[in-house]
Amino acid sequence: MVTSATNFSRTGLSDWLVQRVSAIVLLAYSLFIFGIFVLYPELSFEQWSGIFSNNAVRLFSMMSVLALCGHAWIGMWTVATDYLTTLQLGSAATSVRLVFQLGCALLITVYLLWGIQIFWGS
Amino acid sequence: MLVSIYRYNPETDLKPAMVDIEVDVPTDRDLMVLDVLNLAKEKDTTIAYRRSCREGVCGSDGMNINGTNGLACITPLSSVVKPGKKLVLRPLPGLPVVRDLVVDMSIFYKQFEKVKPYLMNDEPAPNIERLQSPEDRAKLDGLYECILCACCTTSCPSFWWNPDKFIGPAGLLQAYRFLADSRDTAASERLAGLEDPFSVFRCRGIMNCVAVCPKGLNPTRAIGHIRSMLIEQSA
Repeated sequence: MVTSATNFSRTGLSDWLVQRVSAIVLLAYSLFIFGIFVLYPELSFEQWSGIFSNNAVRLFSMMSVLALCGHAWIGMWTVATDYLTTLQLGSAATSVRLVFQLGCALLITVYLLWGIQIFWGS
Repeated sequence: MLVSIYRYNPETDLKPAMVDIEVDVPTDRDLMVLDVLNLAKEKDTTIAYRRSCREGVCGSDGMNINGTNGLACITPLSSVVKPGKKLVLRPLPGLPVVRDLVVDMSIFYKQFEKVKPYLMNDEPAPNIERLQSPEDRAKLDGLYECILCACCTTSCPSFWWNPDKFIGPAGLLQAYRFLADSRDTAASERLAGLEDPFSVFRCRGIMNCVAVCPKGLNPTRAIGHIRSMLIEQSA
């Protein structure tokens, strides 16, 4: 068993499941947004804000933001542990990777808070 | 024909180099790559490589042939080189080079050892042998034939990036060989050792292992089965 302190879930299985489930949510949301543009080619601001005042749409949007955050964290963690290793960067690798992951975590938090503000703010 | 061979002796050379050797290859028949390498060694006796059975059973002469891993002894020259082109031989990628085409396989064996590649059964042994139905035995086909040549594992980028953490296709094929064995009673213990984010889950399913396996085995499918077992156990 290989242990790692920098991913949150501890098991590869939950990472794997989160990655797949979140991908399905993101695909469904992308199709939904694409569908809106197809259905309303001349979309006005009133129609747009009307669609997003619906609670079901807001909930779906929020779910997608959460899915994006989870997906991005696991994806970036995987990329970092593949390419920012001692094999490639020598002894500086761990520090470089921690800075990189901190940056990712910060960005993901900003996206999450921003999403909440957009969909549930006044 | 021209044979370009990776030469490196860590004790005397500062860095590796590709060296071309002109070899007289008979045109009336198709040689195996190992035959061509043997002819090259007649010209330059200092070339180092491993070989033994010369019929794809021992797994000693795994090497990178014109960009693809394979066993030199069962790879026909005509299948890798077009007429008039160079034969390029390099050591298996991702492992430290001991000399020329000889690599240090310690980390490969270490990963193999991790999956406990032997039968574990906590029930008392019967007088003669542990029996298995023909159907249960059939489940091991496509799993037990691995000869540990390391062609698959050293063609896997996930192994290149994390050779100390990702078990690699050869080891995982063996892991599933014992998970699938009806006589083995340690499945949950085996699975517990594999559920971390690296051992199994670094497999991204690109199937390089399947493409290069000289025995025609399918480690990606075995890894998929392990993943399904992990999900079933945890769900």
